[in-house]
Amino acid sequence: MDSDVFLQLTVSGLSNGMVYALVAVGFVVIFKASDVINFAQGEFLLFGAYLAFAFIAQFGLPWSLGVLATLLTAAMIGLIVERLVLRPLIGEPVISMIMVTIGLSSLLRAVVNGIWGVRPKAFPNFIPSGEVEFLGAIVGFDRLLVIAIAAILLTVLTLFFRYTRDGIAMRAIADDQQAALSMGISIKRVLAVAWAMAAITAAVAGIMLANTVGVSHDIIFIGLRVFPVVILGGLDSVPGAIVGGGVIGLLESYTAGYTTSGLELIVPYIVLILVLMVRPYGLFGKEIIERV
Amino acid sequence: MESGIFFSDYRSDMALRRMPLQKVRTGLLLVGLVVFPLLANPYWLNLANQIAIATIGAIGLNILVGYTGQISLGQGAFMAVGAYGSGLLTVRLDVPFYLSIPAAALITAVAGLVVGLPSLRLKGLYLAVATLAAQQIVEFVVTHWDGLTGGTEALVVPAPELFGARMNTDGRFYWILVVVALAVALFAANLFRSRVGRAWVAIRDQDIAASAIGVNVFGYKLLAFATSSFLVGLSGALLAHYRSIVTWERFTIEVSISYLAMIIIGGLGTISGSFFGAALIVLLPAMINTLGRSLQDTAPWAATVLPYVQQGVFGLVIILFLVLEPEGLAKLWRNVKDYFRVWPFSY
Repeated sequence: MDSDVFLQLTVSGLSNGMVYALVAVGFVVIFKASDVINFAQGEFLLFGAYLAFAFIAQFGLPWSLGVLATLLTAAMIGLIVERLVLRPLIGEPVISMIMVTIGLSSLLRAVVNGIWGVRPKAFPNFIPSGEVEFLGAIVGFDRLLVIAIAAILLTVLTLFFRYTRDGIAMRAIADDQQAALSMGISIKRVLAVAWAMAAITAAVAGIMLANTVGVSHDIIFIGLRVFPVVILGGLDSVPGAIVGGGVIGLLESYTAGYTTSGLELIVPYIVLILVLMVRPYGLFGKEIIERV
Repeated sequence: MESGIFFSDYRSDMALRRMPLQKVRTGLLLVGLVVFPLLANPYWLNLANQIAIATIGAIGLNILVGYTGQISLGQGAFMAVGAYGSGLLTVRLDVPFYLSIPAAALITAVAGLVVGLPSLRLKGLYLAVATLAAQQIVEFVVTHWDGLTGGTEALVVPAPELFGARMNTDGRFYWILVVVALAVALFAANLFRSRVGRAWVAIRDQDIAASAIGVNVFGYKLLAFATSSFLVGLSGALLAHYRSIVTWERFTIEVSISYLAMIIIGGLGTISGSFFGAALIVLLPAMINTLGRSLQDTAPWAATVLPYVQQGVFGLVIILFLVLEPEGLAKLWRNVKDYFRVWPFSY
């Protein structure tokens, strides 16, 4: 095979992978703060993409304002969801939490489809698209930008968890809710912050997807494709989400590029099962799995 | 009205339906099931058949989720195995349906074991994610293994024959489904009172304590997975013969989710809940559909938003039940029964 093709596959795989990583970080933030797996993450992504479409293409805002408005609205949605749906369920068993996010995903999807319909929309490219020669291969500038933005955002998040008050409080709550409560940490506040952050990261990923592949209903499926990423990286690890996103993105890209059978659709899930069998806490996750 | 529980022998104490009111209700239910097809039109028969199939599947899922506490998102995949298993046995090998359906259920049980084996070492969320992966992989295999399943083409299954009669109408198939559904419900009700059922509940409530009192946790989890998959495969196989067309679209992740919704809305770990939940999830879209069609003349836009309304209501119902009545419809039904049990003297 050509080294050109290889490089192009690498760049497109990495840029897809970084979008996965951003969505995965949303999972990780919520899981870290409350031990909940959020099945509605794909719908947050969808919401982000369509909100950006609405603000920029339908209302005609300049893209900087449009992005800002998208992020703010997404954060609001995250807060509302947490207040109305998740907060009454604090302390309920895992299955209730999982199911409520599944119900939420159905509801959010219906809202998006009801407002904007299911047909794909043309999205004005606001990120300057051009082609850049990069290590001897032609790659889209927007793809590189996706990688850069994701890298910046993920660094910020890693620092957030390590150094800020809310970030540390989140880790404390995930570790032991009771102990955190008795140390005066407000679970409600931290959960609200976590959901807002998850919605915002998903919105960023949604905007980038809207710009590179367009706005369509299929964005939802990325929500499901992110499970292998978080399992591979470790459910409670931000760096894990980044590495996992990169690995899964590359794997998909190479499988799609070098085979013709559509295998890229399930390769991530095969990886997922292998990881669960060999190292269930993932590459960077905390090893607290209880085997019975 | 009853004033207390007085049994003078073990037999009556251990009966499945002990109280006079329970016996009356069971009798009424049976009479209702027999009379229903005589009165109902094909539309309602179709809905009743769907509910019966969904009830079998929901009881199967409830064994795993409600009784053993293992979350599965692979319901659709296991139903697909059952449906394609039975359908292919009939089409390719000319196996009569009364043999192919149990055979397909057995195949599904084995498939369940294969999926369960690696993931049963893990708890909670991890099993959910592993079954999600199984769901995706089975979907891929079904749509891509053209030689076996016909890929994305529909598999046409001939209508089954029983006692020389072709079971090709809703009214005739109703009897098969009702008998099977009742048998499954009876089997499950007795199973949960047995050693096996108690072991499952012990694992659900506290697995470490269960193993401390001598329950073989891994073995019973596997058994739960196999039993659950068997019933789920059974419902998939029945669906194949009832619809007489098997396509992969019927077995997507959405199906897994709607079955989880059934047992959550109905009530985890109850058989009546499996039925109530199945009925609600089958009837809800049908009722919204009817409502939309009746509005068609006054509000023509209603038809275009109908699918979204169905989807939104589905999500909303799940959320509302979880927030307001986590024990589901079975709990509401129990409240009604408790109210009338001592009525009108409920002090």
